[in-house]
Amino acid sequence: MKDLFSRSLQTTIIFLIVGGILALAFGGFFSSFSNRFTGGLVSAQSWFAVRYQAIQLFLSAPRDIINLRAQNADLQTEISQLQTQVIDLQQRVSQTEILAALVDFSRANPESSYKAASVIGRDPSPFLHYIIINRGSNDGILRGMPVVTNQGLVGRIDAVIADAARVQLITDPASTVNVHLKNANTDAVLLGSVTGDISLDMIAQDATVQSGDLILTSGLGGGYPPDLIVGQVINVRKLDYELFQQATVQSAVDFTRLDIVLVITNFRAVDITPLIPTPSP
Amino acid sequence: MRNIIAIPLLALSVILQSTIVSQFSLLAGYADLVLVLLAAWALQKGVTTALQWAFLASIMVSAISHMPWLVTLVGYCGVVLIAMLLQNRVWQAPLLAMFSVTFLGTLFMHLLSFFSLRFLGNPMPFGDAMGLITLPSLLLNLLLSIPMYGLMRDLAAWVFPIQEAV
Repeated sequence: MKDLFSRSLQTTIIFLIVGGILALAFGGFFSSFSNRFTGGLVSAQSWFAVRYQAIQLFLSAPRDIINLRAQNADLQTEISQLQTQVIDLQQRVSQTEILAALVDFSRANPESSYKAASVIGRDPSPFLHYIIINRGSNDGILRGMPVVTNQGLVGRIDAVIADAARVQLITDPASTVNVHLKNANTDAVLLGSVTGDISLDMIAQDATVQSGDLILTSGLGGGYPPDLIVGQVINVRKLDYELFQQATVQSAVDFTRLDIVLVITNFRAVDITPLIPTPSP
Repeated sequence: MRNIIAIPLLALSVILQSTIVSQFSLLAGYADLVLVLLAAWALQKGVTTALQWAFLASIMVSAISHMPWLVTLVGYCGVVLIAMLLQNRVWQAPLLAMFSVTFLGTLFMHLLSFFSLRFLGNPMPFGDAMGLITLPSLLLNLLLSIPMYGLMRDLAAWVFPIQEAV
C-alpha cells in the first residue's frame, strides 16, 4: 500500500514537472532555448534536404539530358527548315520584285515585245564581258536582238543555241554603242573596257556636255533601237588639241547583279558592214 | 576506263566556273577553276591523259565562252605541258610544283588571251589587263590550287590504284 502511494506520488510529481515545463514553454519563458533548438533542427533538415535533392537530380539527370537533347535536335531541325523556307521566300520576293519592275517597264514601252530570260552564267574568261541566258532559238531569240532590264540597256545577243543564248554586255571591250546625249543634243559612241567600265568617245568638241546628262541609244548603225536608257555622264574630259571630247559614264544597269533580263524580240539588227566603204588600193 | 570521270568532272568545273566562280571577283579578275584543275591533275603521279583532259576542257569552255577555241586549246595544253615539265624537276615538293604551275600557267593563259583579243581588234591597255585582271586572278588561282591539289591527288589514287605485290 505504501509502495502504491509512493509510485502515484512520483507519477504525479513527474506530470506536474512536465506540465510546469510545458506551461512555461507555452508561456514563452523558454523562447531563447526553443529558438536555438528549432534553428538547429531546421538547419539540419535543410542540409539533408539539399543533399537529397542533389542526389535525386544526379540520379535523374541522364534521362532529362537525353530528353533535352532529343528536343534540341527537333528544334534545330525545325529551325533549319524554317530558315530554308525564309531564304526560299526571300528569293521569291526578290524575283517577284524584279519581274514586277520588268512588267512595268514592258507596259511603259509597249512598242516593243519582250521575252524574259534568267541569267544562268557568265563567260569563263575575265577578259570578256558576256552572260549566258536561258532562252534560245526555241523561244524566238535571234542574234543581234537587244537585251534590257527595267533600268536600261544591257547588251545584245551574240550567239544562240536551242535553249540558251550568249549576250555581249555593253561593258565588253569589243562593244560599241551609238548613243545620243539628250541634254547636249549630240551623238557619241559608248565604249566598253576590259575592266567593265564604260566611257563615251567621239563627242563633238563644240557640244556642251555636263555631268549628270542622260545617255540614250541613238539607233544609228542599226545595232540597237533608239531611246533606250544607257546611263549618265559622270565627268567630261575636254582637251583643246584633241578632235573629240571624252566622258566617263555611270551605267544605269548594275551588271554585277543581273538576274533576269528582257530580250526585245521584235527588233532586227541591221548589219551595215557591207555598206562601209573600204579604202581602194 | 576510270579516266572517263574526266567528262562529268570537267563539265561540272566548267558549270561552276561559269555560274559561281566568275561571281567572286577581285578587282576585275577571277579564278580559273578549269585551269587549276588541269594543272593539279597533270601533276599527279601516273597521269598520262592530262593532254586529253585539256583538249576536252577547251571544247567545253569554248561552248560557252566567246574566246576563240584555239586560244583556249593552246592555253590549257600549255598549262598541262608546263606541269609535265615541272613534274620531274620539282620532285618531293608537290605543293611547290602546284604553285609554280598555277603561276606560270595563269600568266601563259592570260598573256595568250590578251594578245589574241588584241590581235582580233579588242582595244585593251596592257597595264589595265595585267594589273586589274591577271594579278588578282593569279592570287585567286594560287589560293584555289591548295584544295584542288588535294582533291586531284585523291582522284588520282582512285583512278590509278597502287598495284599491290602478290
